[in-house]
Amino acid sequence: MHGRVKLKSTAQQEEEKRKEREKKLKIYVTARDAVFAKRKNGMLDDEALLLTQQLLSSNPDVATLWNYRREILLHLETIREEVDVQKMYEDELSFLESCLKVNPKSYGSWHHRGWVSARLPRPDWTRELGLCDRCLSLDDRNFHCWDYRRMVVKMSGVPVDQELQFTDRLIGSNFSNYSSWHYRSTLLPLLHPESPEPPSPCHQTHHSPPTSPQSHSHRVCEEQLLKEYELVQNAFFTDPNDQSAWFYYRWLLGRAEREEMISCVFVSREEERVAVAFSRPVNVSSSGLMLVLDGQPQRVEWRSVHPSFKHSPVCICELPPGTISDITNEHNLTVHWTEKHTHRDCALYTGRSVSWCRDSATDQELFRSELSVEKTSVLQSELQSCNQLLELEPQNKWCLLTIILLMRALDPLGYERETLSHFQTLKEVDPMRGAYYGDLCSKFMIENTILKMEYAEVRVFSLSDKNLTTLCHLDQLLLVTHINLSSNQLLRLPPQFAMLQCLEVLEADNNAIENLEGLYHLPKLEDVSLKNNKLSRLSDLQPLASCPKLTRLDLRRNPVTQLVNIESELAELLPSVTDLLL
Amino acid sequence: MYPKQIATSLDNVITIRNVNIFLKLGLSESVIAAACSRVGQRVLHVDRRSYYAGNWASFTFNGLLSWIEEYKQAGPSDEAAQEKVEEGEEALALSSLDTSITNVEVFCYASEEPEEVEEGVKDGAAAAWSVPQTPDSEGEVERCLLESSSVEEEEAVLAGDEVAQASGPDAGAEETQPEGEVPPQAYETQGEWQDEQQASPSPAESQPEPKKQITYTKIVKEGRRFNIDLVSKLMYSRGSLVDLLIKSNVSRYAEFKNVTRILTYRNGKVEQVPCSRADVFGSKQLTVVEKRMLMKFLTFCLDFEQHPEEYQDFSVHSFWDFLLTKKLTENLRHFILHSIAMVTPDVCTVEGLRATQHFLRCLGRYGNTPFLFPLYGLGEIPQCFCRMCAVFGGIYCLRQSVRCLVLDKESGKCKAVIDSNGQRISCSHFVVEDGYIGLDQRKNVDSRQISRAVLITDRSILPSDSEQQISLVTVPPVEPGSPVVRMVELCSSTMTCMPGTYLVHLTCSSSGSAREDLAPVVSRLFCIPVSPGEESKEGEEGSEVPSVLWALYFNMRDTSAVDRSSYDLPSNVHVCTSPDAALGSDHAIKLAEAVFRQLLPEEEFCPPAPNPEDIIYDGEGPQGEGPGFEEADPAEALPSQGEVESAERQEEAEDAGETGDVAKQETVAVAENEPRPASEE
Repeated sequence: MHGRVKLKSTAQQEEEKRKEREKKLKIYVTARDAVFAKRKNGMLDDEALLLTQQLLSSNPDVATLWNYRREILLHLETIREEVDVQKMYEDELSFLESCLKVNPKSYGSWHHRGWVSARLPRPDWTRELGLCDRCLSLDDRNFHCWDYRRMVVKMSGVPVDQELQFTDRLIGSNFSNYSSWHYRSTLLPLLHPESPEPPSPCHQTHHSPPTSPQSHSHRVCEEQLLKEYELVQNAFFTDPNDQSAWFYYRWLLGRAEREEMISCVFVSREEERVAVAFSRPVNVSSSGLMLVLDGQPQRVEWRSVHPSFKHSPVCICELPPGTISDITNEHNLTVHWTEKHTHRDCALYTGRSVSWCRDSATDQELFRSELSVEKTSVLQSELQSCNQLLELEPQNKWCLLTIILLMRALDPLGYERETLSHFQTLKEVDPMRGAYYGDLCSKFMIENTILKMEYAEVRVFSLSDKNLTTLCHLDQLLLVTHINLSSNQLLRLPPQFAMLQCLEVLEADNNAIENLEGLYHLPKLEDVSLKNNKLSRLSDLQPLASCPKLTRLDLRRNPVTQLVNIESELAELLPSVTDLLL
Repeated sequence: MYPKQIATSLDNVITIRNVNIFLKLGLSESVIAAACSRVGQRVLHVDRRSYYAGNWASFTFNGLLSWIEEYKQAGPSDEAAQEKVEEGEEALALSSLDTSITNVEVFCYASEEPEEVEEGVKDGAAAAWSVPQTPDSEGEVERCLLESSSVEEEEAVLAGDEVAQASGPDAGAEETQPEGEVPPQAYETQGEWQDEQQASPSPAESQPEPKKQITYTKIVKEGRRFNIDLVSKLMYSRGSLVDLLIKSNVSRYAEFKNVTRILTYRNGKVEQVPCSRADVFGSKQLTVVEKRMLMKFLTFCLDFEQHPEEYQDFSVHSFWDFLLTKKLTENLRHFILHSIAMVTPDVCTVEGLRATQHFLRCLGRYGNTPFLFPLYGLGEIPQCFCRMCAVFGGIYCLRQSVRCLVLDKESGKCKAVIDSNGQRISCSHFVVEDGYIGLDQRKNVDSRQISRAVLITDRSILPSDSEQQISLVTVPPVEPGSPVVRMVELCSSTMTCMPGTYLVHLTCSSSGSAREDLAPVVSRLFCIPVSPGEESKEGEEGSEVPSVLWALYFNMRDTSAVDRSSYDLPSNVHVCTSPDAALGSDHAIKLAEAVFRQLLPEEEFCPPAPNPEDIIYDGEGPQGEGPGFEEADPAEALPSQGEVESAERQEEAEDAGETGDVAKQETVAVAENEPRPASEE
């Protein structure tokens, strides 16, 4: 048959390919050596530019070559006219474009492009934006391109509203895109900042210093917020398993910033000790704490409650011996937090052995700060939408979790039962994150108990049989004297436990505690019950030795009781204990 | 572009042994021919028509007008053949009358330009057909080849028969240049032509210039720039056609665009159907709860086999009943039934679910809808396969037909055919389109028909930000008892209509003539000017409804349901059916593969074609492989020429890709690529 087609065999093809590769490698190696030689001799000429171009177009990931190229370009810049420089850099850009076509995720190429764009005498930013759009349309998660684009936007001053439209477009084509949602979250506060009035209710009740203006910088005005809620609801109703939308939603619901303040000052005559609780952990050595006693600044040594913390929300100091020990004297203390220009007073009256001054947790609405309270009505309607979705998707973890957060923001105690049942569902539908949900639930239970305790104005904290897996908010328990943590799933008493400076009685039976690190220098601790736990070594009990007043210790049903000579060892370790149960 | 074997007299192939002969150039026949040729079989492909692709063809506007004329005239008479039958043989006559197209009706509503001669309008199409005879300059003739209708020209010179009157590049050109001078642009080469095509959409898109009156003259004049399909189908992005194009590398011969939106006609207006995730997210017409319900249902359909408990109770019920139990709102049920599953309410639940699943699986592979459309029309696809067939040595003869089969009395097999010139050609297999089978060889007659309408309109049925939308519109029965109509609206960038116009295909299974079936839908969705040629008034411009400028109705016979056993034919004669009414081309491809399996059970079906650089040419001239080639004209080393061209064309395509031309970038390269992950943790 005429002109009949025959095919090369695969062996022939392989052989040809191999030869081709060999040839290429040879050329590449020769060129590379030539370039390195030129660089060594400090030659910054056009030929070097050409050679590096050839090498980089086949392999754009050699940083050294890009560096050499920049050296050459910088040199040529000094000896050429501006028109030629412009031309030179424009050529560089089109060369880079071909590199990016080969590998759109080359660090070297993108970095060099950024460098060239910044040096170009008359940059064409529109073109650069177009290039980014093309790259992102091919791969909307190319973070190199996102980075470069940010630079272009910054350099060329693209208006914020245009950028917002850009995110509209990207989210419209595929809403599973964190980059777009996140970018949106940075643009909205610029374009639609929250109006200064009215202040959010969370701060209305405050009588302490006004909030700093910066604290609202990332908030968005309500009108726009409502639009954003609608947008993001469209996303999570369309695909409730897509977490990018839920994360954006969490951001929209906000995270209130707590005002920085001294929340509690506690003073004890007996120990001549002052304990101070802050709204956030502070660095003891560098935050400028100052104690003024009866108008006299005192030279005291501030320290955190436990040596493992550099930062701690509770700090303590000892007063010079004898300064406040006389019970017939009245004293006025002021603690200054000079770094934040704030302070708190505390009066120690005649005949009182201890005194404190604080804001109660209920006043601070402390635990609603997970979500900032925009307006109760807004949160209520968001809760309604989420409940509607939950009806359709009873197994959706994102929806369940968001509902829990909304309920907490609205009424943590009123929704306690529903919250617990949602946590139960969460653990069932998402067992992989069971421990996370357990910790979160523990946190909320502790918060609720703190709130109840505050309402009852007692110093007794009881949280037995609540499936606690972790302890938190211990700084809120500075004044607690009795704590009952029995029948939970605690593994340890963490170092933070040392913040319970007033603790006298600890009950933690029926847990799985194997570590008592947090029972560290608790000055008033007398009675510790740790029945049925996992304490197994004598060294685990070592921290107890730092508690001077410990007299009663119940260690029944712990492995440690099985050790030989345990009684005598304990007598030696804890001489103050008179009532030991093994 | 396509090999011009037509220049070869059949004398040259007459002695070939073991040739497989294909009659009519429809999609199935072309695929089988390509598959055979690819594995080294000798292929002779003939068609009595002067164009490729048979009833799958696409035409320039002028080509379409001539096609219409042809069907308006009586078919060629059935001459009594002088059969060259030897002893022990008998002749089996094939039908020479093509009755597959009926009820052809044309309406022109576009106005004429004032200075136009009136008669040109009055007998419309006929006038368009008096064409300048091309000078016998071979070079120019060759350059015309890329347009299917232009192939006729050469043939006209050679054959000199009745079609001589009915050929020509461009009637409009003649009208503007009364001297019959062929304007240079009529003979643009492929490259130039494409450049212009690419350049032209951009100004049209960028500046919404005041809408110009589109005249019939302008359509005729621009007519050679766009192709109009006889068959309206789309390509499911995971359908068997796309799979085959990828597998065989035939996809390199064509370019594709994504269908951009799915529309439906509901409650008297056209609405967009949210079908992809992005659509649902962005939809303004659905409430958030509806969005969830729709997504939930679609997600279920995607792997419904895994959840038999959801639908088992409905296995004997209809899909519609099943939808009713799914708490879907009325509009969601409409979208799912008519636009996503695209089934009738009475199909069984599993069938409905399967159709939905197919739609969904096709989503996102190349774009936001499940469909692709080939640039220059669906008629490109059979031609692509013909091209591959020719690359591997297949011979093409247009305007030739087979008059009868020569059967060996003893074996009952077909051993040769006699062509329309009375020449005898031996063959081992004969593949023929259903239309050639005479009544005597049919055990029963299936009279299914497809009703088709082709409209040229002046604006989109649902205007949007972009003029360049390709839309599939599903139209449920407009009245009880009327057919379900499928509509495809193509924009100018698909190269099927001129800028500023849209090409609308309507398709349904016939219950009456095409016009009876489809005119009610056309009149609801479009504005039909009161009298032909009437200028639409400025006042009407404001109306949203597009005006029809030109309309063609016809019926096409649908033999897709006819079974092989319904024919009384020798075992080595294989029958391919005409295009079916379905949206995809799966039937034709599956049929092609089945026939190929019968022909060559041992061979692979359409293995990937090699890259041009991997092909070794077996010397420059014809090789003396068979006695029949000793006299062959050296100029007909056509396959290699075809191959060279294909290589060139590929290079062109690559060049275009590298220069980053916008128009090029918008097209879809059909190749193995996975959809982007919709979300990732």
